[in-house]
Amino acid sequence: MTEPLLRVRDLKTYFVTEQGSGTARAVDGVSFEVQPGETLGIVGESGCGKTVTSLSILRLIPEPPGHIRPGSVIEFEGRNLLTLEPRELRAIRGNQIAMIFQEPMTSLNPVFTVGDQIAEAAIVHQGLSRRVARTRAIDMLRLVGIADPEERVDHYPHQMSGGMRQRVMIGMALVCHPKLLIADEPTTALDVTIQAQILELLDRLQAELGMAVMLITHDLGVVAGSADRVAVMYAGQVVEQAPTAALFARPLHPYTEGLLASVPRLDAPPAREHGRLHSIPGQVPAATAWPDGCRFHPRCPYAWERCRAEMPPLLDAGGEGEPGTHTVRCWLLTEPRRRTPHP
Amino acid sequence: MSVWTWLTLGGAAVLALAVVAELRRRLQTSAPGRRFFRHPTAALGLFVLAFFVTIALAAPVVAPYPPYYQIDIGHPNRPPSAQFLLGTDPFSRDVWSRLVYGARVSLGIGTLAMLVAATVGTAVGAVSGYFRRWVDATLMRLVDVGLAMPRIFVLLMAVALWEHIALWALVLLIGLTGWFGTSRLVRAEVLSLREREFVAAARALGAGAGRVIFRHVLPNAAAPIIVSGALGIGNMMLLEAGLSFLGLGVPSPAPSWGNMIADGWHKMAVAWWSSTFPGLAISLVVMALNAVGDALRDALDPRREAA
Repeated sequence: MTEPLLRVRDLKTYFVTEQGSGTARAVDGVSFEVQPGETLGIVGESGCGKTVTSLSILRLIPEPPGHIRPGSVIEFEGRNLLTLEPRELRAIRGNQIAMIFQEPMTSLNPVFTVGDQIAEAAIVHQGLSRRVARTRAIDMLRLVGIADPEERVDHYPHQMSGGMRQRVMIGMALVCHPKLLIADEPTTALDVTIQAQILELLDRLQAELGMAVMLITHDLGVVAGSADRVAVMYAGQVVEQAPTAALFARPLHPYTEGLLASVPRLDAPPAREHGRLHSIPGQVPAATAWPDGCRFHPRCPYAWERCRAEMPPLLDAGGEGEPGTHTVRCWLLTEPRRRTPHP
Repeated sequence: MSVWTWLTLGGAAVLALAVVAELRRRLQTSAPGRRFFRHPTAALGLFVLAFFVTIALAAPVVAPYPPYYQIDIGHPNRPPSAQFLLGTDPFSRDVWSRLVYGARVSLGIGTLAMLVAATVGTAVGAVSGYFRRWVDATLMRLVDVGLAMPRIFVLLMAVALWEHIALWALVLLIGLTGWFGTSRLVRAEVLSLREREFVAAARALGAGAGRVIFRHVLPNAAAPIIVSGALGIGNMMLLEAGLSFLGLGVPSPAPSWGNMIADGWHKMAVAWWSSTFPGLAISLVVMALNAVGDALRDALDPRREAA
């Protein structure tokens, strides 16, 4: 196996809440790797720690109240980002690792032209003059598929539509040709048709620029179309990790199963529940009080005593590829006979 | 001489009108510009300011006499006439000429002091709001102390200790005791702006604290700073006038509107003009500044569009 571009090991990001209700363990022992050039999808519902994970990688967690626990490791090309000086860290942000945010409406500075904002990263990291940076900004606008880039470069964010702003955000992120792009719900705020265009654009740029992408989303459809591998997160942990095809063909964690079952499908109407869409019962527990044992057990149809008492480790699920390709945090792997729902 | 006086006076008024008309024409194309001129007294205020700024800049041309020139020591306190537009004062100096030169001093001190205050206030507020924690706590307690001290007494004490105070020192003193409110305002604005997503996006791009503050946070806080600055100049001018009236501000032979009132007030009964006109000038300019500041607030706050 080649040296991974990004290696996250046992990442724990906690928030101390002021009201004294305890510590919110938003990310609690997450490990994954991103290989050069691949797309890793990170999936999970709101509050499972996806965004905190991505912010932790760039160390953008507001401190206080948040902090990354000692013992966590985030290695980018072999360097631990958690021990870097602020200067070295700034040299990586935007240059080697870039990020695009969920809300294109609020992630652009309203008082500067989009050209200025795209040029900024190039000026900061590559010391380009304003003129060269402007030309570069025009090139980026063209690259992300904006018509009339020469004119658009002088427009302000409020003069653009949501889809165009997200294109501008992507242009901003890619201006220094980063090796890793973290895309935090890049399409959530957009119309479905625009979503498809943006994802297509990301795919194309990834192929052209040869970068790796961490695609964070709650939308399994997005992951199915773009990701090489998927990590499913629940309650601050990775509960299942597998190549995309394997995950969709053979979901092993009951949570993944539930997620897949709740996707509306045109080809196979859900007959089971009298034509209603499937949903996972219950809600994600509060990050200040994760349940004991397996964190999914209160919502799991298969849970038994062991699940309530003991947290399962990530177990190897076998299947194709080398060991460790498909891992699942579930005791069912040790006792597959129990995979029958309780009445 | 007097024809020239009337000519220049008229010229200044026409120029001021032209400035207002031109500004109005140019700003009509933008929404904030239209909001500005929708304010009932904005154009009038702008005209008053343009007029006084014009005569201040063109003082040597506009003033018929040098400001210190004592025309006829034997016959002071002459009433306003064709020759002496606003009369002469107890030292037999032409009030109109002194008013014109005084505009330089009073407007200049007000503006410069406000710039000092706005700069310091913005810097302190931005640092405080951006870094929070102990930096914020320390700076804001300092501001509390500053706000709690009665400003005029601090100034009186400082000026009294200094004896002959230079103009630049007066500007600094007035400015450095006037930034506390601005820093509060800027801090509040920065506290909310720093949590905005585009700030996180800028940091994700590798921008350092200085760059984030100056390029991303402060430009978005410009509107309240500008408004408070416009409203603040009036305050600074009043303070200068007060100090000069008490004989502690601009030293006497030099004309400032404050010490002109002081020069004339004990002869009010026989020569009302030498105190009244500088007093009127102060009132006019301060009211004009308030009107313009108010209109700026309307103009720069997009939420007022609907109203």
